[in-house]
Amino acid sequence: MTTPLPPDPASSYPTAAELSSEIRSGRLTAVAAAQASAERIAALDGTVRAFLHTDAERSAAWAADADRRIAEGSQSDLAGIPVAIKDNLCIEGEPCTCASRMLENFRPPYTATAVRRLLDAGAVPIGRTNLDEFAMGSSTENSVAGPTRNPWDPVRAPGGSSGGSAAAVAAGMAPIALGSDTGGSIRQPAAFCGVVGLKPTYGRVSRYGLVAFASSLDQIGPFARTVRGAATVLQTIAGHDPLDSTSLSDPVPDYLTDLDEPLAGLRVGVVADHFDVGLDKEVADAVQGAIETYRSLGAEVVNVTLPHSKYSVATYYLIAPSEASSNLARYDGVHYGHRAKKFGSLEELYERSRGEGFGNEVKRRIMLGTYALSSGYYDAFYLKAMKVRRLIQQDYDAAFEQCDVIASPVTPTTAFAIGELADDPLAMYLSDVYTISANLAGIPALSLPCGFSKGLPIGLQLLGPALSEPKLLRAARMYEFTTDWHTRVPPLQDQTGVTP
Amino acid sequence: MSDAPHSADQPSRGSLPDDRDIEAVIGLEVHAQLATRTKLFSGCAADFAPDEPNTRTDPLVLGLPGSLPVLNAAAFRMAVKVGLALNCEIARFCKWDRKQYYYPDLPKGYQISQYDLPVCGEGWLDIDAEEGVKRIGITRAHLEEDAGKNMHAGGVSKVDLNRAGTPLVEIVSEPDMSSAAEAKAYLERLKLLLTYLGVSDCNMQEGSLRCDVNVNFKISTADGAKATPIAEVKNLNSFRGVEAAIEFERTRQLEEFARTGETLNAGNKTTRGWDPDRQVTVPQRTKEEAADYRYFPDPDLVPVTLTEEAIEALRGELGEFPADRRVRIGEVWELSDYDAGVIIERGKPFADYYEEVAQTADDGKRAANWCTQDVLRDLSELNHEIDTFPIPAGTLGHLLKRVSAGELNTKAARDVYADLLSRPRGQNTPETVDAIIDERGLIAVTGGAELEAAIDDALANPKNAVAIETVRDGKQQAVGPLMGQVLKAVSGADPKTVRAMLLERIGGAG
Repeated sequence: MTTPLPPDPASSYPTAAELSSEIRSGRLTAVAAAQASAERIAALDGTVRAFLHTDAERSAAWAADADRRIAEGSQSDLAGIPVAIKDNLCIEGEPCTCASRMLENFRPPYTATAVRRLLDAGAVPIGRTNLDEFAMGSSTENSVAGPTRNPWDPVRAPGGSSGGSAAAVAAGMAPIALGSDTGGSIRQPAAFCGVVGLKPTYGRVSRYGLVAFASSLDQIGPFARTVRGAATVLQTIAGHDPLDSTSLSDPVPDYLTDLDEPLAGLRVGVVADHFDVGLDKEVADAVQGAIETYRSLGAEVVNVTLPHSKYSVATYYLIAPSEASSNLARYDGVHYGHRAKKFGSLEELYERSRGEGFGNEVKRRIMLGTYALSSGYYDAFYLKAMKVRRLIQQDYDAAFEQCDVIASPVTPTTAFAIGELADDPLAMYLSDVYTISANLAGIPALSLPCGFSKGLPIGLQLLGPALSEPKLLRAARMYEFTTDWHTRVPPLQDQTGVTP
Repeated sequence: MSDAPHSADQPSRGSLPDDRDIEAVIGLEVHAQLATRTKLFSGCAADFAPDEPNTRTDPLVLGLPGSLPVLNAAAFRMAVKVGLALNCEIARFCKWDRKQYYYPDLPKGYQISQYDLPVCGEGWLDIDAEEGVKRIGITRAHLEEDAGKNMHAGGVSKVDLNRAGTPLVEIVSEPDMSSAAEAKAYLERLKLLLTYLGVSDCNMQEGSLRCDVNVNFKISTADGAKATPIAEVKNLNSFRGVEAAIEFERTRQLEEFARTGETLNAGNKTTRGWDPDRQVTVPQRTKEEAADYRYFPDPDLVPVTLTEEAIEALRGELGEFPADRRVRIGEVWELSDYDAGVIIERGKPFADYYEEVAQTADDGKRAANWCTQDVLRDLSELNHEIDTFPIPAGTLGHLLKRVSAGELNTKAARDVYADLLSRPRGQNTPETVDAIIDERGLIAVTGGAELEAAIDDALANPKNAVAIETVRDGKQQAVGPLMGQVLKAVSGADPKTVRAMLLERIGGAG
């Protein structure tokens, strides 16, 4: 029989669970927690640049509301917890720029379901985080506001596209954050920044109010310092939403009660191809070390194959841009968003507004997608990619008959330097090789810290079958408990001398 | 429209062919707006509201980022009903596709439609053609959302999105019609069916029924059959417009053929618009013809699957089709084909009205006479719809029942009817009918000394001797002149009673 693990070890700044217990015991108010977050942002964000906008007044109002609800007996784990929100999620009346000139002045008249559920639970949004424009990128460099810096080393990228959210959590500006993951946009920055990031099963979290990049791949998910923090956020945001036809109606299980219960007889799948050429040696060693840790915890390590995963990147870069080219057609300068000042005809209004409003990476993907969907190319590109996608899904179905989770690297390397891959889009695309197939298959996957290389965090990816989040989170928690990677904080804190 | 025969590649010039050698080939694409309360993919109100532009909108209709479509189940059920009524194959699995193009009235940059898996497949609709009933094939019918409306005036362009996102069913026919009259008959029959199903009000002024016409002409010549290039005439919003456009195209295409000899091929279909002011079709931008809509499945929507049970349940909700109802009321109420046709074609509310009048009066023929003559005339004079007509069906039925019972003659009934017509609908109960009759003393004279005396006079009058003999010999219709004399002498006398009394007194072979 297994015995429950003790609570999370204390880290250098508080986890969501620690904050929650402080707040619920009355030792800390939500208003004070929000204030502490705001102060830390003020002290560090000149360096990190995780946030695009903050609204201290509105955050304070949300926090005051949370304090009132706590006084009235709210038992929510998230009451009063500051949360950073990626700037592609709508909050009524707030800016939602997607880091694009196109939406510089856009304020949505409604709130995303995931954010609405966090607000209902008493969480306190403390600011909107930076991203690659329209979530297209792996470095948070493609932002009209400029790049976010990796808190572990400010010359390096935090990953992307949810780089602002990952950096905010890593730098202790917020204990939790929301991001979105279309091809790895939560997991890769989580790995680069040394935090936990979860991409749930497709449809587990409503996409209503998430500015669409690629609708069949996009999924909202949490960042946190610990597995428990991520599980707590998922517990709140998961579930069917009548406003999103693709949200799943399966009941939401309890992710928290058994979280600390180690899994007996866990079968960890390992794919030999994942450790082939292109993988940094130290990353490979850290991931292999994590797999050994599972073996030492009593797990059975099983070799599995994913024969079609080598086509993941190619498949993804047909499907995602195709959907993006369609989803971004609405930004035409007519109804809202950027409109060119000068135009002589309707065509010119479109061309100039879009030409001025979008950055290069967005334009590149719109062109790729438009081409792939064009008459005469559709069958060879989009349709073929959809068929390969099915094969990739079938690979996972077969693999998960032999194992409960698959352990793999998240990224081929640790965080690359800002500018290093900026002129080589193909190399940037290939850096998504380990994360992309989970989106194509619609399965849940998370990234958690599993080591360091030259002072930079390394991530371990765990993937499970659709709706296996309870097991996936418990497997992650098993590993987390035996290690202390997640308790380490970036040296940034020491430089500024600010303590939470 | 690939059915029209291709002809030899070599164009042959020639004079205008003879009328007998020309046959029109016509296929119609009809867009009918479904009468749902809300839009096709959101809970936004779907009413017309042309005077309050951009008030029927929400994040989805405006195409705001982050908004998502959710299928309106009522609209889907209506589309299935349309398919069932048109004898279509109903898809057990259908999906949604994005049709992509840029236009200011299309805020998302794409229209959600159905491309390769429409909800309704092949079917048919019977129409009355010159040579009898003709079966017109239905190619498909699918659901899609409408666009908004661009308005250009005084150098300024404006967009009204009230109509954007309202549900349309697009019904595509086979090119089975061979004259403008048949195209009109098809549209009338289709409109009648849709209104009887209650799925569309088919109001053409408000744009809830619009039509594209595909038309070309087959010409028999000495060196075989030839076909002119197809013209697609877009966005016709009146039946007259459809007829006129086809007639215009006939002249235009035949003259073109005479001049150039150009025949149909895969690449020479043209798109034209109808100019109702000048009564001509005009070419539309060739750019649109070359448009690549880049259809692909909408990833925001899940496909719809339909079970046999669900389809059968919807079949059970269809109600009586107009063609069946026409036959039934003809039989039940012993109506002429013509009367039954007039009643049915006036629309379901009118047919319902008629049947209630007939039921209450227990006299279908009398009800038909009054409904198709008096009521129809006054509807158009008063500019009323039947549901706001001053005389409710039960009230008219009661009046006619008293006429049929011989209590009231037709002239008196017309007085009552005129009186009712001048009163508000709310006052016109059956009791009002009785009160008016009493007040005015309109009860028919069916007996009494005055009537007996008048009949005595008529029988005693030597001028009537011949007529009386004729009646006695069995020719009852000869009693007419005597009746006239009696009715003239006794005001309010009931003709039926008078006739019966005269015949009884004369006696004889009858």
